[in-house]
Amino acid sequence: MAKKKVLIVDDEPNIVTALEYLLARSGYEVAVAEDGEAALAAVERERPDLVLLDIMMPRLNGYEVCRRLRERPDGGAIKIVILSAKGRDVDVTKGLSLGADLYVTKPFSSTELIARIGALLGDR
Amino acid sequence: MIALCMLGCVLFNFPVLALFNVPATLFGVPLLYAYIFLAWGLLIALMAWVIERRD
Amino acid sequence: MLRGWVIVVVSFAYLGLLFAIAYYADKRADQGRSLIANPYVYALSLAVYATAWTFYGSVGRAAVDGVGFLPIYIGPTLMIALWWIVVRKMLRITKENRITSLADFVAARYGKSALLGGVVTVIVVIGIVPYISLQLKAISSTFTILLQYPEIVMPAKVGAVPPLQDTALWVAIILAAFTILFGTRHLYSAEHHEGMVAAIAFESLVKLLAFLAVGVFVTFGIYDGFGDIFARAAADPKLAPLLTPFEGVAGSYASWVWLTVLSMLAILFLPRQFQMTVIENTDERHLAKAIWLFPLYMLAINLFVLPIAIGGRLHFPDGTVDADTFVLTIPMAERQELLALLVFIGGLSAATGMVIVETIALSTMVCNDLVMPVLLRLRALRLAERADLTGLLLGIRRWAIVLVILLGYLYFRIAGEAYALVSIGLISFAAVAQFAPAALGGIFWKGGTRRGALAGLLAGFAVWFYTLLLPAFARSGWLPVSLLEEGPFGLALLKPLALFGLTGLDQITHAMLWSMIANVGAYVGVSLAGTQSAEEHRQASLFVDVFRRLPEGGGARFWRGTASAQDLHNVLARFVGAEAADAAFRAYAARKGVRWPDEPLAADAEFVHYVETVLAGAIGAASARIMVGSAVKEEALTLEEVRQILDEASQVVIYSHRLEQKSRELEKATAELRAANERLKELDRLKDDFLSTVTHELRTPLTSIRAFSEILHQDPKVDLAQRRKFLGIIAKETERLTRLINQVLDLAKIESGRADWHESDVDLREVVSDTLTAMGQVFQDKNIRVETRLPEVVPRVRADLDRLIQVMLNLLSNAVKFCHPTEGRIEVALAVEDAALRVEVCDNGPGVRPGDERIIFDKFAQAGDALTGKPQGSGLGLYISRHIVEHHGGRLGVRNRPGGGACFWFTLPLARGAPLAEVTHGEEESAHR
Repeated sequence: MAKKKVLIVDDEPNIVTALEYLLARSGYEVAVAEDGEAALAAVERERPDLVLLDIMMPRLNGYEVCRRLRERPDGGAIKIVILSAKGRDVDVTKGLSLGADLYVTKPFSSTELIARIGALLGDR
Repeated sequence: MIALCMLGCVLFNFPVLALFNVPATLFGVPLLYAYIFLAWGLLIALMAWVIERRD
Repeated sequence: MLRGWVIVVVSFAYLGLLFAIAYYADKRADQGRSLIANPYVYALSLAVYATAWTFYGSVGRAAVDGVGFLPIYIGPTLMIALWWIVVRKMLRITKENRITSLADFVAARYGKSALLGGVVTVIVVIGIVPYISLQLKAISSTFTILLQYPEIVMPAKVGAVPPLQDTALWVAIILAAFTILFGTRHLYSAEHHEGMVAAIAFESLVKLLAFLAVGVFVTFGIYDGFGDIFARAAADPKLAPLLTPFEGVAGSYASWVWLTVLSMLAILFLPRQFQMTVIENTDERHLAKAIWLFPLYMLAINLFVLPIAIGGRLHFPDGTVDADTFVLTIPMAERQELLALLVFIGGLSAATGMVIVETIALSTMVCNDLVMPVLLRLRALRLAERADLTGLLLGIRRWAIVLVILLGYLYFRIAGEAYALVSIGLISFAAVAQFAPAALGGIFWKGGTRRGALAGLLAGFAVWFYTLLLPAFARSGWLPVSLLEEGPFGLALLKPLALFGLTGLDQITHAMLWSMIANVGAYVGVSLAGTQSAEEHRQASLFVDVFRRLPEGGGARFWRGTASAQDLHNVLARFVGAEAADAAFRAYAARKGVRWPDEPLAADAEFVHYVETVLAGAIGAASARIMVGSAVKEEALTLEEVRQILDEASQVVIYSHRLEQKSRELEKATAELRAANERLKELDRLKDDFLSTVTHELRTPLTSIRAFSEILHQDPKVDLAQRRKFLGIIAKETERLTRLINQVLDLAKIESGRADWHESDVDLREVVSDTLTAMGQVFQDKNIRVETRLPEVVPRVRADLDRLIQVMLNLLSNAVKFCHPTEGRIEVALAVEDAALRVEVCDNGPGVRPGDERIIFDKFAQAGDALTGKPQGSGLGLYISRHIVEHHGGRLGVRNRPGGGACFWFTLPLARGAPLAEVTHGEEESAHR
């Protein structure tokens, strides 16, 4: 079985580094985009199974990326996990209503995050 | 015209009148009598001048 | 030769001539070729002021105290100087409101108050009666004297003569009849008594000529000119004091002044003067000529008074001849029959003129302001329903004339002997002077109220009655003399001639002083204490603002109600006759372009107002109000409504100006409020964003720290290089977290004002270069070129070194953040300005978005937000920097550079609050350090 691919979208290099390490260790293929526009392009290019999406990013914010992904013809197939420092109820609700499968607030527990990603991708 | 009224009030009042209240004469006419009529005439002339010059 | 019948025939012939003149003038007026519509006739008719008092009495007065008769004529001259202001206003008011008399004038001003009109009428009648008696006395006594020609015998005491043999009674009856013929042929009294005016103007000429004739005869005929007469007077020890009359008499200047004031008021408010000056005026412009012609007339008629007086005293040294009769007795003594007769006719002119005009004026008042309002209110008479009241009105007026003249006669019988002519006249002057506060106040002061006017009039009149009229009765023996000598009930303080112990003044001065205090005091006091009714307020505005033109039919706008044109016609016809009513209706219809009576007239407010004004011309404002009120259903306007209309109408300019101003202010306030609100909303939004941002900023490093900690903790197999990298990240992120926490704490301290400041003498050049060095690595990493322009030395400033470094670091890191991503360039400059140091940090980035120049210095604002959607920093740096700079007395700002990029600058004053000299000194000092 081919490795599942995860696209990390975040503008904080340190967080990207940490996520890259965690996902690679758990056996996922990893792609990275530094902002919203890059993310949309990467989705076309890389065809990831799951997108880890930050909200506060340059150019195009996470909500917008989420909405556009869901508008695509095959939009339902891709899993979207929002990973954001915005932790208010309104933020969470907004993210989920735009079609995200999961909303995780930063800072996150790495164990829990990996487990949830696994569950979403039906690995375990 | 208001100024003329004021002028009249001064001309025909105590301190000025007292100046002329002396037993002197002007061409044989008592000074006070002459003064009052001359000042009065002057005042009327001024009033005529002011009012006729109005327009 | 001068038999009684000759005198009588000549007198009647003269009266007949007068009547012919009047008749002719009336005819001419009917033909529309008015005889009196020229300023000279107007000026001459005003000379009705000169009565028998002037003609005979002035000489009498002059024979006693020299120039003492003159204030009576100088006062009017002074007042006439003010006529252009005062009388012109009265004229306008009178014409616009169709006022028929002085009482009407006062009543109309204070809300068309019938009560006030009545009070004025009563005061006038009582006050003028002595004056009329004076004329009767003059005519009858001169007639009696003339009868004795060539003997000169003073007439007997009147008390000794039975009334039916008393010439004065016959004179009174003849004058009454003549006046009725003259004045009450027409009813429509707002139209002019043209015949009467013409006759009076003629009389003025006659009396002037007669008097001048005597004057010339005495001065140049008997004596050898002015110099001769005065030389003889000066030589006579008894007469010399007349030439310097003020000598040594304390009260005489005061009495001179008060007489002047008194006659100033009399020239306005004597009923006959008001009638001639105001009511009978046909053209406002005539006033201009009269203003100097009338005083000139007075001067002329007084020129020979003193010579005649002295001549009389010289001629009759024994004092048996009454000085009041010198004008007549000197020609008689010189056997000048014709001159004596001319003098008699002149005196007759003066007296009849006065009586005619005065009684016509009084009868109008009595009818319009006393009798009619009462009759109209007596429902039992059902007067308001009678078809034609013109006959009744004329009847009332005729009886009023008879009554007034007979009252004059009565006074003559009672008190006439106790006083000289002038003294009697002055009593009347003092009575009419009581109208001055209410009438003059009424046209210049809107605040005067009906109650105030009433209180003032009654108070002034009461004092006049007590201090002038009572003593006159007492001296004539009708009241106990003890009243004068001991005061009522023995109360010396209330002695009528020395009220509250005031002595040393003559009677008139004393009475004027107290009555004016009472009158003005009550008028102003009561007016200020009370409020005006709607009607009063409206009339006050109409009077005071008469020169501010209201729109056509302006007065009508204060009325609201319903009426029918037929009702109005009926009302009008009842009082002025059907013919006049038709004429009035036609005139109004013509103005409106309606062909009445074929087309109907709309009985709107303006029309009702017109009818009321026309009616007022016949029966006075107060009565007209009642009558029109009976014909229309009137809805009362509330005071508020009237005020509102008034503000619209008569104060429209001021008001709208104020309104504009107010609305401008309001707009401004609204804009300010809106801006403040926007700002609050913005701040609220910013605060919300800030919390979110701070949370984000705290969580981002925390996320990295936690993630790497967990990785390191859970995974022992991480190789050494990676472990070092991860630990490095943790350390950096921790640092970042610390920095943020410090900033938030800083902010809290600065905002609450509890920050600690450690001030020392700081060299700003060092601060700048030190921070540049500290940032050196960052510049290098990002490939940013830095250019500096620093002077060799700058003055030191008193400041907190660490905080200034904080500011510089903040500005530099901002510049780093925003400058061009690949070819970054930062310029730093330090300069000495007037009294401050200026630092500039410029980048070559995108610049500050227009409109954001201010907001970026606010808390939580993040320029990065707008540019990238992602904040770059906490949004606190600039805010804190601004506070630091401002704490040092400087300013922090930003400008965009023309070529792109932003320039942040701040200034620091060299010496805070110190004078410039000190600054310069400090600079030098620090420069050598």
